[in-house]
Amino acid sequence: MSTSAWCRALVLLLAALPAAAQERRSGYDDAGPQVRAMQDDDMANPAFLWVQQGEVLWERRVGEAGKSCADCHGAVSEMRGVAARFPEFDAARGRVVTLEQRVNVCRTDFQGAPALAPESDALLGITALVGLQSRGMPVAVEVSGAAAEAVARGEAFFRLRQGQLNLSCAQCHDQLAGQSLAGSRIPQGHPNGYPIYRLEWQGMGSLHRRLRACLVGVRAEPLGRDDALLGDLELYLAARAAGLKVETPGVRP
Amino acid sequence: MIAAVVALPAAAAAFQVVGDAIPAPLTDVAGDPVRGRAVVAGRQVGTCVLCHAGPFPEERLPATIAPDLRGVADRLSAGQIRLRLADPRVVNPDTVMPAYFSQEGLVRVGRAWQGRTALTAQQIEDAVAFLMTLKEE
Repeated sequence: MSTSAWCRALVLLLAALPAAAQERRSGYDDAGPQVRAMQDDDMANPAFLWVQQGEVLWERRVGEAGKSCADCHGAVSEMRGVAARFPEFDAARGRVVTLEQRVNVCRTDFQGAPALAPESDALLGITALVGLQSRGMPVAVEVSGAAAEAVARGEAFFRLRQGQLNLSCAQCHDQLAGQSLAGSRIPQGHPNGYPIYRLEWQGMGSLHRRLRACLVGVRAEPLGRDDALLGDLELYLAARAAGLKVETPGVRP
Repeated sequence: MIAAVVALPAAAAAFQVVGDAIPAPLTDVAGDPVRGRAVVAGRQVGTCVLCHAGPFPEERLPATIAPDLRGVADRLSAGQIRLRLADPRVVNPDTVMPAYFSQEGLVRVGRAWQGRTALTAQQIEDAVAFLMTLKEE
């Protein structure tokens, strides 16, 4: 290689460094080897108990319409790529709709059935099953057009110092990510594995449940399940995780 | 260094800052280092050990976010420690460390935590008394 080629290579390398320093890491990469092994093996991943329930529900005819998910959508494999695009800004509703909320729109509007309860095994099972269809695909939510303002609101919330401990999401998950908090590595806080099986819960939970735990942790008021700001925050988090691969159903410590 | 007496608006009644310290104790009861250790090392009380390493054998994997508390009494006076617990923003406005004896500027405080500071005046005094025992020299 000539001297000038070396110089060009060096310039390119230096230009790439800031990006590399902020490289996005999945929470999987910050988990211990036993947790990663659980996620790597579908037979060892407890979340697949919920996926199996989701498979049963996918075929079950419910509600006044007597329709199953499969009656409209076909095989669940037809849902490949859907979860990678969620949450999405719903122009008709003028707000962000999460995957959980979208499932319940199907329940109430098309199946004529009651909405599934938040954090219920049924809702976690359906969303885990749909999410699984996108496993390995890059997170790629729509952030342009009408979604842009929602993303901006979500980011503002992410950067807001709040609660009695006066901490923002950004302070821990951007500024201090990788540091040891109480002996655990602080992850960057990406939503690419939800719903997750969390060892601390000994159960399955949605992103909303996890966000609630963080907000309570800084002694702040949690976001209500129907608060539009929750959708904004989840959309911003997905935008921030763009390119990370969907891991649903993830396992976390 | 700030030479004059600084009084924070909302916390003015609670304590007086002189330079980078609160020289006067917040209560009339002398701090108890044994109770203070429970405040500092209690994960749910002072929450200090979530970020600070120190002489705490019960914390098997020490935190790396904030300075190690070993020898803090060699580096800071009681008054300096008191200010850094009460409101470290006076010393560094950008610090991630919470203010344990000020409600100034807090937003979206959870219902269970509203209307009170993270630690009581006596808990601050107990924690100061304990931290003043952490000498290495």
